Amino acid sequence: MDKKIYIDPLFRKNPVTVLVLGICSSLAVTVKVEPALVMALSVTIVTGFANLIMSLLRNTIPNRIRIIVQLVVVAMLVILVDQILKAYSYEVSKQLSVFVGLIITNCIIMGRIEAFALGNKPFPSLIDGLANGAGYGMILVIISVLRELFGSGTIYGFQIIPLSWYAKNGGFYYNNGLMILPPMALILIGLFIWVQRSFDKDLQEK
Amino acid sequence: MKALRKIVDNIKPTFSKGGKLGFLHSTFDAFETFLFVPDTVTKSGVHIKDSIDLKRTMSFVIIALMPAMLFGMWNTGYQYNLSTGGSMEFWGMFWFGFLKVLPLIIVSYVVGLGIEFTAAQIRGHEVNEGFLVSGMLIPLIMPVDVPLWILALAVAFAVIIGKEVFGGTGMNIWNPALLARAFVFFAYPSQISGDKIWIAGLSEGQGIVDGFSGATPLANAMAGTPVPSFSDMFFGFIPGCVGETSTLAILLGAIILIATGVASWKIMFSTVAGAMLTGLLLNAVAPADPSSYLNIPAWDHLVMGGFAFGAVFMATDPVTSAQTETGKWIYGFLIGIIVIIIRAFNPGYPEGMMLAILLLNTFAPLIDHYVVQSNIRKRLKRATVTVKK
Repeated sequence: MDKKIYIDPLFRKNPVTVLVLGICSSLAVTVKVEPALVMALSVTIVTGFANLIMSLLRNTIPNRIRIIVQLVVVAMLVILVDQILKAYSYEVSKQLSVFVGLIITNCIIMGRIEAFALGNKPFPSLIDGLANGAGYGMILVIISVLRELFGSGTIYGFQIIPLSWYAKNGGFYYNNGLMILPPMALILIGLFIWVQRSFDKDLQEK
Repeated sequence: MKALRKIVDNIKPTFSKGGKLGFLHSTFDAFETFLFVPDTVTKSGVHIKDSIDLKRTMSFVIIALMPAMLFGMWNTGYQYNLSTGGSMEFWGMFWFGFLKVLPLIIVSYVVGLGIEFTAAQIRGHEVNEGFLVSGMLIPLIMPVDVPLWILALAVAFAVIIGKEVFGGTGMNIWNPALLARAFVFFAYPSQISGDKIWIAGLSEGQGIVDGFSGATPLANAMAGTPVPSFSDMFFGFIPGCVGETSTLAILLGAIILIATGVASWKIMFSTVAGAMLTGLLLNAVAPADPSSYLNIPAWDHLVMGGFAFGAVFMATDPVTSAQTETGKWIYGFLIGIIVIIIRAFNPGYPEGMMLAILLLNTFAPLIDHYVVQSNIRKRLKRATVTVKK
């Protein structure tokens, strides 16, 4: 199998920083690491299996109704993920609230089905879906680490910035409230894109 | 002067291409042109010969800022004196304020110019002078007690996200100084709001006189308590950001800016007109309840908070304001309207000047676009094509 299928989505064709898909959820769920991690996993599973199922079905679906079929498949997977989250990690599920349901509208999933799964064999499709989910999840987790560290002083709920630094304990430090707000996630993604583009010459427009 | 020129000429080869420190070329160039008018001339086309360039323009703004800055220093001492019940003399107050404000200015310049020089070196550009003014404006629109590391962070944010990302001086969409303030406002709201932060030492609980309140007039207006008298607010004996309190000092700056032609009087005038009209309108429809915000007299709005400072120094920024002459009227007028609307109707933010200007900065290109389009349409209508039969 071509190595590009599982390497490219992580870096050179990263769905968030290069294709600029799935931005909405990466702004909404990255305030804390835990929900971001769960979201990343959920999306990875949904993209992977949606790609697999659509690839299996690709020769039997009439072209004109393929979008409807895709929606049914993705919706089924999203409901499964939602139910599993509610059953096994209710707290996180509550934090993510509507965003689990909104995975169905994540452009990465439909994009990968349309662009890859409908024209490729099942196994490469599965790998492509998982890799794209992972590329999305990687950005999500990096952003959430930065946002939680500077916005709340913790990572995954553990206090990283010493409590004695805080102004209320006689120190000098304040948490950065802007990190909690969605605009900062957008700015962080923008900075990622900036850094990636300045290293990767192929991505620079003339 | 001649001796200085000699020194500069002597070290020039070291910094030129191929010299030992050739990579610092743009840094050297920045200092040389700061000291002397460059002797390079344009070789083609017709030009009007004028000694004014970006550096001289910026210097005029710095001069215009001096009254507000000096008054701000004195007022810092004056307010501190009031809050502690001390008995400082005029020069004592000024010296106290000077020592409080100077660190803000130094931090702002060191961080901002550091980033500007680094960015210019990396890109191999000349160092632009845009930060000369921003670096002065930022301390003047901060509370005097803002922690220095927060100020440094805000300056870095403003220069990198507000300016370098868009391509440096002259390319920015938003006023960098206001962006620095917006950063502090949203990231560290406790450091730029409330009634403690505006007076030196008050947030650390230094000796406080009974009944003394450090609340700004805007906060008073928001809470429905009486605001200081018009003359106090006009002369600036009120708590507030360092440079924004005295409308009189700002007016002196405005006169310098208008006389030298650096800032547009149209923007200043229309901003004031917009705010005044909106204020009068709100006064007219205000309920009888005297504590209602709508009852604040329209002219009080012009001397409260950062209105005057924003209208004179921020809204008129030649890069981020509207460029067309008609556009300037619209741009200023909308700023005036939105300031009063934010002040009167938004319970979250007592001050609206920063947000109003940033919002209209965003819309300035759109305003220009429509002004240009309407001009084109008008001229097309006038151009009658007669076809001979």
